Amino acid sequence: MNEFPGLINYWIVVFLMMAGFYVVISQGNLVKKLVGLGLFQASVFILYITMGNLSEGLAPIVTEGVTTYSSPLPHVLILTAIVVGVATTSVGLALVVRIHEAYGSVEEDEIHAKDLADDDALFHERAVDAEESSV
Amino acid sequence: MRDLFGVVILFGVYSLLTAVIFMNLDAVDVAFTEAAVGAGITTVLMLSSLRLTKRWEHPPRHNPLLSLLVVGVTGAVLIYATLDAPLLGDPSAPVHQHVTPRYVEQASAEVGMPNMVTAVLASYRGYDTFGETVVVFTAGLAVLLLLGMKDVRKSRVDDSAIHDTLVLKTVVKLLIPLILLFGLYVQFHGDFGAGGGFQAGVIFATGFILYEMVFGAAHARTVVPSSWLPRLGALGVLIYGGVGVISMLGGKAFLDYSVLSSDPVHGQHYGVLLVELGVGITVFSIVLSIFYALSGRKRQS
Repeated sequence: MNEFPGLINYWIVVFLMMAGFYVVISQGNLVKKLVGLGLFQASVFILYITMGNLSEGLAPIVTEGVTTYSSPLPHVLILTAIVVGVATTSVGLALVVRIHEAYGSVEEDEIHAKDLADDDALFHERAVDAEESSV
Repeated sequence: MRDLFGVVILFGVYSLLTAVIFMNLDAVDVAFTEAAVGAGITTVLMLSSLRLTKRWEHPPRHNPLLSLLVVGVTGAVLIYATLDAPLLGDPSAPVHQHVTPRYVEQASAEVGMPNMVTAVLASYRGYDTFGETVVVFTAGLAVLLLLGMKDVRKSRVDDSAIHDTLVLKTVVKLLIPLILLFGLYVQFHGDFGAGGGFQAGVIFATGFILYEMVFGAAHARTVVPSSWLPRLGALGVLIYGGVGVISMLGGKAFLDYSVLSSDPVHGQHYGVLLVELGVGITVFSIVLSIFYALSGRKRQS
């Protein structure tokens, strides 16, 4: 059981990651999917920061009389990833807004249904055209 | 939960709690960024896009069992994989073996600043950060291409999301200078304490976003015209890249700041300051222009 306290962070990460994954694959609403992606992303951040932690270590800012610090490298990677994450999330949000303007809905199944209906109409139109030209 | 407003607010709370976890794991810079970006900016941007779409979600139509199964199996595999992972805080973990000792022991001597995160971010891994700044800039451009940015300066002056609320306006008026001042402090004190260009840019943008939310788009766009923002974003990337080119002209590698001063450590310090300034300008202008693009768009019914 001495593994238990050392691994619990990873298990929390796995739980959060799977929660995000579930939201992404099972929810039909596109905004909710983006929130799920955000959950997933934050869990990866926690994973990295967990790996960089050092017991007895301090925050990586040089202080007199301290020699053990947590690794600064994962902190750097995640710090920039958070800002890049918000930028990419907003690209997603912008796409959702445009989809809503084009389809009048942000529900996946409605968008699919509308696409299929459009395809059918187009196919029908072509069939009629072909019939007319053959006559 | 069918109400997406609630979902977004809960997501903001989640981000704030994540920031607390980061704080607990000694990652002060990351906690700072997560609190400013995750709990602040992401929530605002998501709410702005909810305004343009729909607040209420439809009830789900398909059975969640299959997705639950996929998630369960993946989760079980991942849990199994963690059994081989190094324990939390283990000093013999691979992360602490390769480049980390060099960063921890040499950073303050080679780059000349106590905050190792800033030293690694801007100096040792300057290429990564340059790339990430460009990614932020590109994402901002993508949002502007998708949504466009209308100049709403001509619209009604009192047109704001929150109507005449004297208390709120007074409090916000007092807060904004403090927010901007804090942003500047975070920007230029990033070498010594937690902070840096990424956080400062976001905090600075928050000040203007707050101003727009309370005083209306027309006022905000008189202070920072929307046409400036993409140019400012490009300026930030140019400052960053320019520092790299100058160090090349000085006969060193791209982004090796030692040439900026006769003393290499001072040169590094100047370089980090300039580069962080570039990052701050880009992040500020891109975050603000994304907000402008979302908030300036008219809702289509």
